[in-house]
Amino acid sequence: MKKIEAIIRPFMLENVSKALSDAGGIKGMTITEVKGFGRQGGYLEIYRGEKREVRFLPKIKIEIVVPDEMVEQIIEIILKAASTGKVGDGKIFVMPVDETIRIRTGERGTDAL
Amino acid sequence: MGFIKKSVFIFWGSIFSIFISKRVFASDVSSINQGDTTWLLISSALVMLMTVPGLALFYGGLSKRKDVLNTMAMSLFSYAIASMLWVIYGYSMAFGSDFLGFIGIPSKIFLKNISKEAVSDFALSIPEALFATFQLTFAAITVALISGAYIERMKISAWVLFSILWLSLVYIPVAHWVWGGGFLAKLSALDFAGGTVVHINAGIAALVGAIIMGKRNMPILIPHNLPLTIIGTGLLWFGWFGFNAGSALTSGGLAAQAFLNTNTAASLGALAWLACEWVSHGRPTMLGFASGAVAGLVAITPAAGFVNITGSIFIGLLAGIIPYLVVVKLKPMFGYDDSLDVFGIHGVAGILGCLLTGIFADPAVNNAAGLIYGNPSQVWIQLLSIVIVGAYCAIVTFLILFTLNKTIGLRVLPEDELIGLDEAVHGEKSYNFHI
Repeated sequence: MKKIEAIIRPFMLENVSKALSDAGGIKGMTITEVKGFGRQGGYLEIYRGEKREVRFLPKIKIEIVVPDEMVEQIIEIILKAASTGKVGDGKIFVMPVDETIRIRTGERGTDAL
Repeated sequence: MGFIKKSVFIFWGSIFSIFISKRVFASDVSSINQGDTTWLLISSALVMLMTVPGLALFYGGLSKRKDVLNTMAMSLFSYAIASMLWVIYGYSMAFGSDFLGFIGIPSKIFLKNISKEAVSDFALSIPEALFATFQLTFAAITVALISGAYIERMKISAWVLFSILWLSLVYIPVAHWVWGGGFLAKLSALDFAGGTVVHINAGIAALVGAIIMGKRNMPILIPHNLPLTIIGTGLLWFGWFGFNAGSALTSGGLAAQAFLNTNTAASLGALAWLACEWVSHGRPTMLGFASGAVAGLVAITPAAGFVNITGSIFIGLLAGIIPYLVVVKLKPMFGYDDSLDVFGIHGVAGILGCLLTGIFADPAVNNAAGLIYGNPSQVWIQLLSIVIVGAYCAIVTFLILFTLNKTIGLRVLPEDELIGLDEAVHGEKSYNFHI
């Protein structure tokens, strides 16, 4: 099992979640509102001539845990749905998951996904 | 016999005519005009709307997310305080019979002796109770305006006491000098709807207080919700029609002229401010639009019922440029922390408007001529009224704040300032995101 963590633009969430559910095979996902900076850097706000740098930009973090064989397919879908082609589109991280347990039944492994 | 008959006739005639003239006088007292009364009832409600909730929204939107309710509380609390003091002694001392040109004799405390039919000498065609109400809304907004310079650090108890003292010791005397038959009224200083009494007064008090109180822990402008500020701007603009056109105290052509002048200057102020920042920062901002509109409204306030449309265009234009320069270019050089630029906008645009009234006053509008209509001395009179009101306000505001600082203290604890005054002072939050 792998966990896919994708950090995307907030306004691309609808697009991404629709593309993922249209593809089928995804049983669930978790999203979090996060803030951070990368190559996009921050931006300047000006109020009555007073400049202020906003360093941390709002992003959405999507977390999905899937069986190993689905990883590439999911990455493809996110790449397509979350991209605008401009700096600031985000990143995808893939990491191993040792175990999954469904709390209601106690099932373990991919059955619990 | 013919002679005696004639004399008797004249005798009874004159007795009768005394009786008639008394009757005429009595009907004079109820010379209340329904059109004027209706317009002033509406105007009073409009000016009320400027503070509750107009100014509260305008300031609340500009404050940090943790200080919104406290910012709104300052406007609303002082509105209620002014409403209370005004009916107890405020009206009576501002508009009572003049004593040495300085203050009114408080013969109408608790508005006693004001019958349904009574009219004030200052507004013969509306009930005196209505005139008092209209004036109440002006007193209330003036105190509330000052709060914009003090937000995000002042103790609410200090603000409550300040409201009471400032209204009593500054607003009431100055209102008497300018509008209540005091010495500035006798000097024929022109102030149609409150350039000196409301805006210069509030602007100077704001500056003095910002200096005495010192900087906030985070002395920068982080508007937490500009749409609230835009709604507030709209309510101020709308209410200002009551403020300025209502100050005609009648519902005729003068009110219409003041109404149109007000709208013209607000629009020109907004456009001029936008143009300035577009040129110097490359972006036209919504806060810039709102600030320029308010500056235009402030500047036209003393002039609304004295200038023609050309005058209001010039006043609006300059009100978008000069306060912009003061707020954006000059203020950073001085480093005082006037949180929401009450001095930069209300003080500066107020002074500008008062001076320009002395330049653009058109005798065809309201029997008063300014510089360009051949009366240069009016500019000096205007300048004199600005200096007198500004100096008096600065001294007395300083004394009030100095005393409060030495006794109960002006500022909240530093840690309360950090967590935010909404939570620390009121035990409330503007936005609860959890649950």
